[in-house]
Amino acid sequence: MPISHEFEYHKAKSIDEAVKLLSENPENSKIIAGGTDLTVHIKEDVIAPDVLIDIKAIPEFKEISFSNNVLSIGANVTFSEIEDNKIIENNFRVLWEAASTVASVGVRNRATLTGNICSAVPSLDSAPALFLYDAEVYVKNSDNERVISINDWFTGPKRTSLKKDEIVTKITLKFPKEKTASCYKKLGRYKGEDLAQVGMGVLVSENKEYKVAVCAVGPVPKRATKTEEFLKGKEINDANIKEAQEILATEISPITDIRASKEYRTHIAKVMLEKGLKESSDLLSGKEVKSEPIL
Amino acid sequence: MKKISINLNGETRYVHVEPNDVLLDVLRDKLGIKSPKSGCERGDCGACAVLLNGKSVRSCLVLAVEVDGQEITTIEGLSKDGLTPLQESFIEHNAFQCGFCAPGVTISATELLNKNPHPSREEIKEAIAGNLCRCTGYESIIEAIEKVAKK
Ligand code: FES
Ligand code: FES
Repeated sequence: MPISHEFEYHKAKSIDEAVKLLSENPENSKIIAGGTDLTVHIKEDVIAPDVLIDIKAIPEFKEISFSNNVLSIGANVTFSEIEDNKIIENNFRVLWEAASTVASVGVRNRATLTGNICSAVPSLDSAPALFLYDAEVYVKNSDNERVISINDWFTGPKRTSLKKDEIVTKITLKFPKEKTASCYKKLGRYKGEDLAQVGMGVLVSENKEYKVAVCAVGPVPKRATKTEEFLKGKEINDANIKEAQEILATEISPITDIRASKEYRTHIAKVMLEKGLKESSDLLSGKEVKSEPIL
Repeated sequence: MKKISINLNGETRYVHVEPNDVLLDVLRDKLGIKSPKSGCERGDCGACAVLLNGKSVRSCLVLAVEVDGQEITTIEGLSKDGLTPLQESFIEHNAFQCGFCAPGVTISATELLNKNPHPSREEIKEAIAGNLCRCTGYESIIEAIEKVAKK
């Protein structure tokens, strides 16, 4: 299907070149990395940019590094590259599990983590992981660089705090200081290639602190802070799980759509919380766990 | 118009493209490569899959200008010197009916077997999860790939 809309195309060789090109026409330019969302949007006339700036030839954007307990993922790192990375598989389990559930292999080979958070659809699989590991997003325009906490990144469905003249250069994640265990849970209709109807990441640490992050159950992905606050310092037992589930239900706001009803999503979020807490606690205490991210 | 070069199935090909030309259309209409098919045109069905530098991508979501100087392999290239063991196995298992999905499935399964020559049934299912087939119910496709994986 040909694209009727015409645009200019530039392949930037460096970050400076990309930012400079963007500064020339920030209103009507779009950055293209994997293009798995962008191309669909252009084809279907959702957007009509005048200029596309391709960032795939910028070497730094391909880098994944891990030092001083900080994982850094360049703007053009794909989900397949995350899936194939041993450091991420062994140390940032929730990110790894989420990456391997995004769409299908052919999409993961192109789609990037950065593109995923820039599209910012409420169901985005990678978001819970980014919340659990206190991610920060590095952005740059032609005269400035700033760092945005993941907590301030998502401002609404398909909206972020990235300004029109800024590009994301990398995303960093912190490896937790204490001993922790974590897991990702996702509900789709079937395994392989489906959007999350509910997604949840749970991280349990040795000193009984808990982190719970959700996607697809509200306009933006977020931490379930009230649930975390309640669980803090407590044992994972049936009574506490029950109460935590009720609190969780009060701080999510799922909608009814073609994929699932609001009631069903709420119910599943509660089930995921129980599974996630139990599984992570078992993992933490060294028990053998047969984990299955997709419910 | 921009002149780009593609290493297509082992041969260097030059072609003039506009920035808004989609790779799938350029392959089919300008380069005579008809194995990738146009299905959903939005990344969901896998009918348009080709290997870009060895990795499967949706050619309906790639602009031709993006692949300037890169390597593309399609079914035409895979079977240049005769059918591959995978293709033989598909025939043996009668894996396809109308065949519309076949090129895409073959690309996905080829990528899988290159990376992991002995995948499990689960891994096979995951690898072709993005290839929709409206005819077969997938069983025969999975069995055909399994057969090659066991060798
Ligand atoms: S036509 Fe490209 S994925 Fe369906
Ligand atoms: S054989 Fe007809 S779509 Fe797969």
